[in-house]
Parts: sequence; structure tokens; C-alpha cells
Amino acid sequence: MAIKDYIRERFFPHIWCPGCGHGMVLNALLRAFEDLAISKNEIVMVSGIGCSARISGYVDVHTLHTIHGRALAFATGVKMSRPELNLIVPMGDGDALAIGGNHFIHAARRNIDITAIVMNNRIYGMTGGQYSPLSGYGTLATTAPFINIDHAFDVVELAKAAGATFVARTTTYHVKQMSELFKEAILREGFSVIEVLTQCPTYFGRKNKAGSAVDMVKSFKDNTTPVGSKAKLESPGLIERGIFVQKDLPEYTREYDKVIERAMKKR
Amino acid sequence: MNGTLKFVQGNEACVEGALYAGLKFFAGYPITPSTEIAESLAYRLPQIGGKFIQMEDEIGSMCAIIGASLTGSKVMTATSGPGFSLMQEALGYAIMAEIPCVIANVQRGGPSTGLATRGAQGDVMQSRWGTHGDHAIVVMTASNNQDVFNITIEAFNVAETYRTPVILLFDEVMGHTRERLIVPEKDEIPLVERLRTSVKGGVDYHPYLPREDGRLPMSDFGGVHRYNVTGLYHDMWGFPSENPAVVDGLIHHLTDKIRNNVHTITQYKEYFIEDARTILISYGSTARSALHHVLNRRKRGEYIGLLELQTLWPFHGDLIREKCKNAELVVVTEMNLGQLYRQVKIAVDHPERVFLANRVDGVFITPTDIKNMLRLIQGRGV
Ligand SMILES: Cc1ncc(C[n+]2csc(CCOP(=O)(O)OP(=O)(O)O)c2C)c(N)n1
Ligand code: SF4
Repeated sequence: MAIKDYIRERFFPHIWCPGCGHGMVLNALLRAFEDLAISKNEIVMVSGIGCSARISGYVDVHTLHTIHGRALAFATGVKMSRPELNLIVPMGDGDALAIGGNHFIHAARRNIDITAIVMNNRIYGMTGGQYSPLSGYGTLATTAPFINIDHAFDVVELAKAAGATFVARTTTYHVKQMSELFKEAILREGFSVIEVLTQCPTYFGRKNKAGSAVDMVKSFKDNTTPVGSKAKLESPGLIERGIFVQKDLPEYTREYDKVIERAMKKR
Repeated sequence: MNGTLKFVQGNEACVEGALYAGLKFFAGYPITPSTEIAESLAYRLPQIGGKFIQMEDEIGSMCAIIGASLTGSKVMTATSGPGFSLMQEALGYAIMAEIPCVIANVQRGGPSTGLATRGAQGDVMQSRWGTHGDHAIVVMTASNNQDVFNITIEAFNVAETYRTPVILLFDEVMGHTRERLIVPEKDEIPLVERLRTSVKGGVDYHPYLPREDGRLPMSDFGGVHRYNVTGLYHDMWGFPSENPAVVDGLIHHLTDKIRNNVHTITQYKEYFIEDARTILISYGSTARSALHHVLNRRKRGEYIGLLELQTLWPFHGDLIREKCKNAELVVVTEMNLGQLYRQVKIAVDHPERVFLANRVDGVFITPTDIKNMLRLIQGRGV
């Protein structure tokens, strides 16, 4: 199937600003679908609220656009009822880790088969540029007009500690890698987290003098390095990208089948 | 009635009703005095191939049942005040996206953590207006185990018929009262299955285009039709819209589908209303004491009756007015500061004849309490 067959042309043009990274994530995701040649009827996309969450509306799969921070909880209900479906949950950094932080760690802990994508632009785009739990110390935002004194989560460390069985990071500069990681995550059974560093030129960029969208994307190239590379030893400030965790552990809905088996014996 | 005789708590009667109705998915978070519902379903659901999950909180529970319902399952959650407060945003989502689900709120004293182990009926208004924005909602209750069983089935039937959340507003006393229950044979009580679309796969399906009768045939989410579901105002495709005509049409569709059917949705019981000069109006566990009092006084020749409401919302004001038209005294008996009382006052022809007999100290209202309060109201002294 060609990429355009995966989109709902009727619903374009999209709502994103020129240069927004969210469209690049959409593109990489569609490429992953195309490469995997999965039937559109087997994919469910569940999203919350945010610029990032609007991604679901544009894709011609089963799409559930829910409330802020709760997409993973809705997805858990869908997956429990229909374990054969492929669940993909794209989230903004605020959606996933501020208001949705609790659902995030618990979905990871259960190892339920969901592909969680954190579209990390380090800001609340939809509400106009407030700081998020991933903005980081020293940044500026409309709600941190002097300096942000909140420290950021490390999404990879958090997901690891919470029990995700596939954890990766990439950026909008590395679209090819992003697509590959999406494919890998979709094929795997279990809770997968892919953090994508993406740009919000309109708010994060402007507030923090990060330049144009192009400059921001280029900075992802300059400030990251493949996981385990020598460069990281020389410049510890570099952010690693690639696969951090990849392990096989029993998946939640399959485990629940065992509960059913035991329960039936007790009838 | 044929069936199996059981001796159970109200919470278990609710479980029996839910399973009878075809419940397949439950998500919840433990809270007194509702926990037995979750515990019982953790055991019973997997035995019939259903699914149970204990979520990380009540917000997640509410969201999970909505997701599961969309795929075609009958779903439920159960909670009490603090958890019910947490569910409000997602409850509004279910209203907006028209997703059938049942929420049992086994009430305890509030606000806040309040009185965890005591009965109360303080969530009558929260169940009506807890989530933001104009909306309609269905809220039902009952006063004995057989009725809890029946009204639970009815809650599922209404949820499926109107594609709406239905709240079962029980309370600690009802939830924990042990008494007999007869679970009827299969098929004795009619069950409503959701209306599914006849549109074939591959053909354009409009998930949010109501039929002429206002009903929306569903396609199991994740099945042959791919569509969008959102909590934003949306068009017939389920795609976000700010078109004033679309917004206006949708808000009226959502409220009218309940309001226009208040006659069909409303369930109530009446005892000796015909010639009653004093009418008690009550619901849930307090209706037990009210009935007790009425039966006592009738034996002594007093013209007293009871109107027991089982559907609290939509509020059937016309019914109340009609039933109370000849009464000299209308006394609303409830365990709150007058949440239903105020509704009754608005509904009747003679609001000056309406009084409140309540307790809000965590102690259950007994028939003697009602007797004493009536004497005070009638100026006869205790
Ligand atoms: C319960 C609730 N609180 C607040 C909001 C307002 N709100 C909408 S989107 C958003 C944050 C969006 O930021 P993020 O998730 O990082 O996504 P982005 O827009 O940057 O893609 C907020 C706070 C809301 N919709 N619901
Ligand atoms: S505000 Fe930022 S995140 Fe939102 S669409 Fe614009 S660039 Fe993208």
C-alpha cells in the first residue's frame, strides 16, 4: 500500500505550524506502516490532547482521540478486549509524562503490548508555550519567564525503570532511524517506548532562541550520538539515540489468558 | 419466578445483575464501600472468559472501560465518592462520544475522604452535574437486593439503548445489606444488545450520523470500519468541528435523546399513593425505612403513601407533580441536605407543602427517625 493510502486526505490540511516536528513523526510512522504492509484494519491509534495528539485524526486506521494524559488507559481497555489489534499511542511530552505520567509507568510495568511514542518538543505547544516535565533546567517558557528550575525526566531511564521491554530514542533529524524503530516496536510484543526529540519552533524555539525549525532539526544531529559510541565518552553532554532496552518478557494480555484458564478450572 | 436463591450483599446483587446483563469487562480501583464489586468480578469475569483489570486509579479505570466498550463489550466500573470525583472528566468523554458504560457509585459520606464506612446520599447532584458542560445523564438506584439486581440489568439496557453512561447510585447501607436474592433463569429478563450498523465493510460508514429516531448504529471499534472518535465537538465522521450548526446539533442530540425519553427511562415504585394525604418520596436505602414507616401507619389507618424513585435523573418532574397533586404534605426522605428535596419543590404545584426529613450524621435513617421527623413537621412534637 502506498503512503497516501494510509492517510485521510479528506481531513487535510493539518493544524500544525510550518516547521513543526509532529508532521515528520507522522511521515516516519506512515513509512513504517507501509514497510510492514500491515492492514489498516489491524491498527488502532489512541491519542490524548495536544498538538501531537492530533496525529491520530490524519491516519486512516481506527483512531481514538481521547482526553489529556489518558490515552494509555483507554488503549489498555481496547487492547484487553481485542488483543489481536496493534495499538499505537502517540503522545506529547506533557500528555505522556506530566498529566499522563502515572498511566505511563503502569502501562510499562504491566508490559501490555502497546507502542508508546513520546513526541518530545520540551514544551506545551497546544496551550501556547508553558514548560513541561521535559523542558529542562534553565529553559524559558511562558510559565517560566525568568528561568525554569524544574529538572527534566530522562524518558529512557524512566521507561526502563518502569519495566518497558523495548526502549529507544531518536530525533526528527534521523527519520530513517525513526521509521526503523517504529517498525521494530510494532512487531514486538510488549510495552515499547520510543522517545522522539522533535521541534516546536513556534514556542520552544522562539522562547529559547533556538533558531528556525531547520536550525532546531540540525541541533538534533549535532547534539546526539548513537548509543554506546565513543563520542559520548569524549562529550558526556551528547544525548544518546538508538535502542536502550530490548528484552522478551511475558506480555500482559497473554498473561491474562492464563488467569482465564485458571479461573475456568474453578468453575 | 424460577431461579437460583442466594443470600448476598447488595454489592454482590449488583455483580449478579451485571453478569446477567452480559458484562464482559470491568476496570476499577479499590475503595470502600464498593470494593466487593471489584473483588467479586475479579473472580467471576475470567470464569466466563471476560476480563478484569485493577487500574492505577479511577481515572484510568473509567478510561479503560470506555476503550473496551467501544470494541463491542458491555462494561462497568465501581467506586465511591473520591473515586467518582476522579472519573468525571472521562465520564463526560463517554457522554460526548456516546459510548455505553455503567458506573456504580456506592456512596459514602463526603466531601473529601469523608465517612468511608458510612452510608450517605450526598452524590445525587454530583451524579447529575459532576462533569463539565451541559449534558444529560441517567442515574438509577434501588432499595433491596432484588431491585438492585433488576436495576443493574436495566442500567445496562439503558446504556446500550441510548449509547450513554448510566450511573448506579447505591450507598454503603445498600451495598452491605445481606438479604435474599433470586437470580432468574437465563432469558427471563429481556436484555438489550447494542444496535449495530448494517453498513458493510468497505462502504462509507458515518459513525455519528443519527438515524431518524435519534439512535446511532455502532460498528465495533477495531472491526471492519475505520473511523475517528473524539471528545471534541464532531461531525458525522467523528472528526472535530467548530461549525456552529454542527455544535448546536450535537449538544441538542446529546441532551434530547435522554430528555425526550424520560417517560420510558423512568422507573419508580409506589405504595398507597392513591388516597394518601401524606406522601413520602424516597430512594435507595432510605426508601426501606420510609416503606417500613408507611406500612406501620397504614395499619393504624393513616392516609400515608410512598413514592420510591428508582430513576433519579433524568428527573421526571411531571410524574412527581401528578402523584403529589392531592397530597397535603410531601416529605422527601434522604441522607443529604436536600438534594432531591429541592427538585421536588420545583416540580410540584404546592411547594409550600414539601418538607425534608433527613440525616447527615452518618447514621442510617430508621423508621422511628422518620416517625419523629414527621411529627415535628406536622407540629405535633416528638
Ligand atoms: C485535563 C486537562 N488539563 C489541561 C488541558 C490543556 N492542555 C491541552 S494540550 C496540553 C499540553 C500539550 O502539551 P504536550 O502534551 O507536550 O503536546 P504538544 O501540544 O506540545 O504536542 C494542555 C495542558 C486539557 N486539555 N485537559
Ligand atoms: S505549537 Fe509547536 S507543537 Fe504545536 S503545531 Fe505549532 S510548532 Fe507544532
